[in-house]
Amino acid sequence: MTPLLEARALVKHFPVRRGLLGGAQQMVRAVDDVSFVIEPGATLGLVGESGCGKTTTAKLVLLLERPTAGEIRFDGESLAALDAESLRSYRKSVQAVFQDPYASLNPRMRVGAIIAEPLVTNERLAAAAVGARLRKVLDLVGLPARAAELFPHEFSGGQRQRIAIARALTLSPRLIVLDEPVSALDVSIRAQILNLLKDLQGELGLAYLFIAHDLAAVAHMSHVIAVMYLGRVVETGPARTVASQPRHPYTKALFAAALPSHPDDSRDEIVLAGDVPSPLDPPSGCRFHTRCPQVMPRCSTDEPKLATVDGRDVACHLYDSAEVARVAAPRG
Amino acid sequence: MTRAVEDVSFTLGDGETLGIVGESGSGKSTLALSLLRLLPPAARHVAGNVRFEGEDLMAKSAVEMRKIRGKRIAMILQDPMASLNPLFTVGDQVAEPLRVHEGTPRRRAWERARGLLGAVRIAAPDMRVRNYPHELSGGMRQRIVGAIAISCGPRLLIADEPTTSLDVTIQAQYLALLRDLQRAQHLAMIFITHNLGIVARMCDAVAVMYAGRIVESGPVREIFNAPRHPYTRALIESIPRLGESNGRLTAIEGQPPDPAALPEGCAFHPRCPVRLEKCATERPRDSVVGGGGHRTACWLHG
Repeated sequence: MTPLLEARALVKHFPVRRGLLGGAQQMVRAVDDVSFVIEPGATLGLVGESGCGKTTTAKLVLLLERPTAGEIRFDGESLAALDAESLRSYRKSVQAVFQDPYASLNPRMRVGAIIAEPLVTNERLAAAAVGARLRKVLDLVGLPARAAELFPHEFSGGQRQRIAIARALTLSPRLIVLDEPVSALDVSIRAQILNLLKDLQGELGLAYLFIAHDLAAVAHMSHVIAVMYLGRVVETGPARTVASQPRHPYTKALFAAALPSHPDDSRDEIVLAGDVPSPLDPPSGCRFHTRCPQVMPRCSTDEPKLATVDGRDVACHLYDSAEVARVAAPRG
Repeated sequence: MTRAVEDVSFTLGDGETLGIVGESGSGKSTLALSLLRLLPPAARHVAGNVRFEGEDLMAKSAVEMRKIRGKRIAMILQDPMASLNPLFTVGDQVAEPLRVHEGTPRRRAWERARGLLGAVRIAAPDMRVRNYPHELSGGMRQRIVGAIAISCGPRLLIADEPTTSLDVTIQAQYLALLRDLQRAQHLAMIFITHNLGIVARMCDAVAVMYAGRIVESGPVREIFNAPRHPYTRALIESIPRLGESNGRLTAIEGQPPDPAALPEGCAFHPRCPVRLEKCATERPRDSVVGGGGHRTACWLHG
């Protein structure tokens, strides 16, 4: 089966302007050689801390940023090779839901107009057809039909996020980018939205790119997890494997740092020293070596490559001896 | 009139940690501010009393309160960028409580500040003490706020969502730091949070707030093992757990009520899966339901 979406060796560097007289141009290496695959109807969870490049990756997938190098393939075709018409259809197939439903909905538009806007701009439909589609998506996200007449401020945070999801659904997309979709919501509401997203995935066969810092939520929602650190994927594999037996020292620390769900839940605490280094000047060799509790001499010089270990891919010198099947470098 | 907090009682022992859990609008932050008498003048009809080491804080004059805040009771807020002054160096701000409360001379206060930065595990304190807040990372800023809080050796530390703005591994660092400081200084702590995971990791006792009232309170293990109030139970069950099957989560239907228009009877009744008839009309009384002072206000146990 062709993957729905495939990222091959994606790179995105942002130039940083220095003072008037300049000096050497510096680059923020936001995403540096990142590859992943999203299968139809499945969820890829992207985890990592601020500055790891997960949001830049999402922007690349949404075509809000152009990659510096590498390519994205959708349905087996490279986006770089698509003509304007096919790009329009790509944009329809890939929708997004953002973190803050107080910021992502226009307060001056009625909910019906907000949800129907993608249809109006992208397809020439009769008013009756738009109305029918509107009622259908409202029903899908569990909102009453009369919601269409109201303004966003008349809804709570959880309901607003349902409106944002409804808007993403109107064009019958195949992939939805979910960037921290529940972080801004009250605790008692989060489960409602996560359940809704799962139901919609089952019903409509949607694929998700799920970005969140709540590891338990990512593990719960995802089929595959990719862990990012300073623009690189350090570990990726089936969600359950990665979450229950992380191999990369960063993944281990990340999952150990996740808060327990019970006071007796005594996971080993691994407290990492220091902060994430600046992506302007990432450490040489393995980018995690400055904070790694298991650092070895070669980590500061040799950059580890992703290699398959125990059913997932890890980029870490600790597993060099176990290096069986190197992940083939992505072909162009 | 909005009733932000109503009829809330709790006690906290020396060196203990109490978690106050609730969603936005549950009144948890109002409660914290009222302990320190920091509510804005618009908050009228404040009643009840707060006894701290045997003294009634409500009976204190404004001048006496100022001597308590920052010295005997300290507070850490959610956003370190908002609690630090961008125009002063870190050293000035960590030294300030020492100079104000203890009259320490400037030079000595700066020396103490350097030591305090070391105590909150800031690398190269001699250099950092001259930095301005914008030169530090979010985790470092919050550690500076921690250093200010412990500068005068308080007996009680109130932390209102102290790690919400931090990344996961930085949050773990900060929580470990707070726990070490607490042990070293025998501090009592009140942790205000929406996150049950923080309660599970940090607290001895927990009070769950809903719509301005404590609906359940008691020792942390009691509450996690045998939650009695349907709201507490639902909260615990609605959280995805690492390493568990990915079926459906138990969701709580509806949303938290508007504090300006609370439902009659038990405020949770419109969302409660096991409500009784009288829940809609009569407010449940608080009653003891388990060991260690485990209490809940629910008609199922009244």
